[in-house]
Amino acid sequence: MDFGPFLLLALMEGLVAAAVLALTAVGLSLVFGVMRVVNVAHGEFFMLGAVAAWFVTQWVPGPPWVAFAVALILCPLLVGAVAALADVLVLKRLNYDPEATIVATIGLLYILQQAALTFYGPDARPVEAPFIWRIQFPWFGYSGYKLAVVAAAAVILAGVWLFMTRSRTGLVMRATQLDRDTARAFGINVDRVYAGTFALGAGLAAVAAVLIVPISQAHYLMGHDPLLLSFIVVIIGGLGSLRGTLVAALVIGLSDGVISMFFSPTLAKILATLFVALVLVFRPQGLFGKRLA
Amino acid sequence: MKNPLIGSAPSRRSVLMGMSAGAGALAFPGFIQAQSSAPVKLGFQLHRTGIGAAYGRWYERTTQAALKVLNEAGGINGRPVEIVFEDDGTDPRRGSEVVEKLASQHGCDAIFGPLFSHVVIGSAPRAGELKVPYLVCSEGFHVASGLNRWTLQPGITDVKAQVRAMAPWVAANLGKKVTMVFPDYAFGYDHRDAFSEAIKEQGGEVVAMIAIPPTETSFTRYLPQIPADTEVLYHVMVGPAVLTFVKELGEFYGTGARPQIFGFIDSLEAVDLASPGLEFLEGSHFWEGHCRVKQADATEHETFYRAAVGVDDNGASVSDKRDVSTYAHMFSTWETLFVLKAGMEAAGYQGVADRQKLVEAIEAMTTMPLSREHPQGDKVFNGKTHQVFGHQFISKVEGGKLMRVHIAAIEDGMYPDAVDYSTMSF
Repeated sequence: MDFGPFLLLALMEGLVAAAVLALTAVGLSLVFGVMRVVNVAHGEFFMLGAVAAWFVTQWVPGPPWVAFAVALILCPLLVGAVAALADVLVLKRLNYDPEATIVATIGLLYILQQAALTFYGPDARPVEAPFIWRIQFPWFGYSGYKLAVVAAAAVILAGVWLFMTRSRTGLVMRATQLDRDTARAFGINVDRVYAGTFALGAGLAAVAAVLIVPISQAHYLMGHDPLLLSFIVVIIGGLGSLRGTLVAALVIGLSDGVISMFFSPTLAKILATLFVALVLVFRPQGLFGKRLA
Repeated sequence: MKNPLIGSAPSRRSVLMGMSAGAGALAFPGFIQAQSSAPVKLGFQLHRTGIGAAYGRWYERTTQAALKVLNEAGGINGRPVEIVFEDDGTDPRRGSEVVEKLASQHGCDAIFGPLFSHVVIGSAPRAGELKVPYLVCSEGFHVASGLNRWTLQPGITDVKAQVRAMAPWVAANLGKKVTMVFPDYAFGYDHRDAFSEAIKEQGGEVVAMIAIPPTETSFTRYLPQIPADTEVLYHVMVGPAVLTFVKELGEFYGTGARPQIFGFIDSLEAVDLASPGLEFLEGSHFWEGHCRVKQADATEHETFYRAAVGVDDNGASVSDKRDVSTYAHMFSTWETLFVLKAGMEAAGYQGVADRQKLVEAIEAMTTMPLSREHPQGDKVFNGKTHQVFGHQFISKVEGGKLMRVHIAAIEDGMYPDAVDYSTMSF
C-alpha cells in the first residue's frame, strides 16, 4: 500500500482510539479533579459497561440498533449506580484519604473482575453493531461504525463540557473541587456531589465501553489497557483538567494509530510511557494542569 | 511335662506385632484396598479462565463425556476413574502450580489436558521434576522437539505435522506467495518456522510474516503490512479477540481485490460462522483437526462421539445453538483419556509407583485405529518423539458451513525425528 492510504488508515484508527480514550480518561480525570481519588478500578467500570451491554442486548428484542440504543442508555446508568454504591459504602468511610482510596479501589478492581467472571463467565462475547455499513476506499474498506463512534464520542464530550461549565450541578462540582470545606459551609451536600461525581466518571467509562463492544467484544479481563492508557492521558493532560485530557487523548490516540501502524504497537506504548515520564520530570502538573498551591 | 505349650504358643512379641498390624489395617481401610478397587485418580489441567477459556469450557465437557463412557465400560483395569479439574487461568506460572497441586496434594496418577503452548512449556518442567506423566493436548512442536520424558502428546498432532500436511495443497490450489499472520508466541513461531519451511519445499515462499501479540484486541493497524502481491493470506489467531480479527480482516478487504484466504480454524474456534461480519469468508479455506460440521460420510464412531459430547451437526452445543464448540481440538482430550486407559492396562498399573511403567507403555504404542476411543481417525504414535500423527482436513466455507474438500494422509505430516526420549533418563 502507498504512503497516502497507509497514513489515512493510521489516522482513522488513531482517531477511533482517541475518541474512546478521551471518554474513558475524562471520567478518570473528573473523579480525580473533584474528589482527589485515584480510581484504580476505572478500567473495571469500563469492562462492566461492556459486559452489561452484552446482557442488555441479549435481553432486548428487535433489531440490533434498538438493543444497542437501550444498552447505550441503560449500561452507563447501571455502572454509575454501582460506582455510587462503592463510593457510599467504601470511599466515604475512608474519608477519601488518598492512600487508603488507592488500596480500596485496587480491592474494588478485583471484586468487579471476579464478579464479572462469576456472572458473565470467562468468554469474549460480541455485541452486534447497531448498523453494518462499510466505506469502501479504493485501497481498503473501513467500518462506518468506527467513524460513528468518533462522532458519538465528540457529542458526548461536548455534553460533558457544557454540563461542567454551564449547568448549576457543574458549578457545584467545580465549587467542591476548589474547596470542599467552604462548599460545605455554603450548604452544598458534598457527600452527594462526591457520589454523583464517582458515578459520572464510571458512567463515562461505561459509555466508552458500550461504544467499543461491537468493535472488540466484551471480556472480563478487558479493563487493563483502558486503565493504563487513561492514566497516561490524565497524567500528560494534567490531573483534573478536561481540556488537557482531551488534547492528551488525541495526541496519544493518534500517535498510537500512526506509530503502531508504521512501526509496532509495542513501540507506541513505550513512547507513550516515556512521554509520561518526561512530563512528570519537566512539568509534573501535566501540560494543562494547574500547579497545586 | 514342663511347659509343653511354650514352644508352640505364640510369643508375646509376635502377638503384639500381629495386633498392631491388625489395628493398622483397621485404621487405614483404604490402604489395603488401594491395589484393587480404589479409583484411578487423574488430574486435568484446565484453561477454565484467561485467554484459553473457550477451549477450556469444551475440553472439560469433552473429558466429562469421555469419563462417563470410560467408567460405564468398567473403568481402567476394572477400577473406576476419577478426574480432578484444576484451573490454570491459561497462565504458565499458575500452570506449574496446578501440576504441583494435582500431583502432590491430590496424588493424581497422571495429569493431562493443557492446550496453550506457553502454559505447556511453563508447566512441563515441574511435571518432570515431580516425575508424573504429563499428557498435553496442545499443538506446539515443543513435545516433539524435546521437553522431558514425562511429557507426551498422544491425542493430537502438532503444528509442524499439520502445516506440512497442508502446504502441498495450499501451493497447488491457492498460490505460492504467502503472507502469514500469527500470534507472537511459541505456538505462532511453530507455524512461522514449520510452514515457511514446508512451503519452500513446494516451490513457494512466505513474502511477509506478521506477528501479533496474543493479548491484542485491535488488528486493522497490522493489515496494511500484507504485501499487495500476496497470493495467499495464511492466518492463525488464538484468544478472546479472534472474532474481532476475522471481522476486521473482512472490513479491510471489503469488496476490493483480495488474496486467497487460508485460515487455521483456531482463528474461529468457538465462533459461529454465521456471526455478522463474517460473510466475506464465503469461499475461503480452513484447516480443521476434526470437521466441525458433520460431514456426509461421518463414521459411527464420530456420530457416537458427537452425541456423547452434546454437539449438534453444526458443531454447536445441543442445548444452546450459540454455544459453538472448539471441535477441531477438543477430541484430543477424549482420545488422551483412552490412551491413558490403554497405557495403564498395558503397564498393569497399580499406583503411583508405576508411573514410569505407564510412560514406557505409552512409548511402546504404535498404531491407534479409528474407533470409539479415537473418533477423529486412525493415528500413528512415535514413541521416540512422544508425538502422535493423524489425518488433517481442509474445509471450504460454502453457504456459511465448513465443508471438507481435502483429507491429508497421516504420512503427509510426518517429519524426521528431532529427539529420542526413549534414550533419556526418567
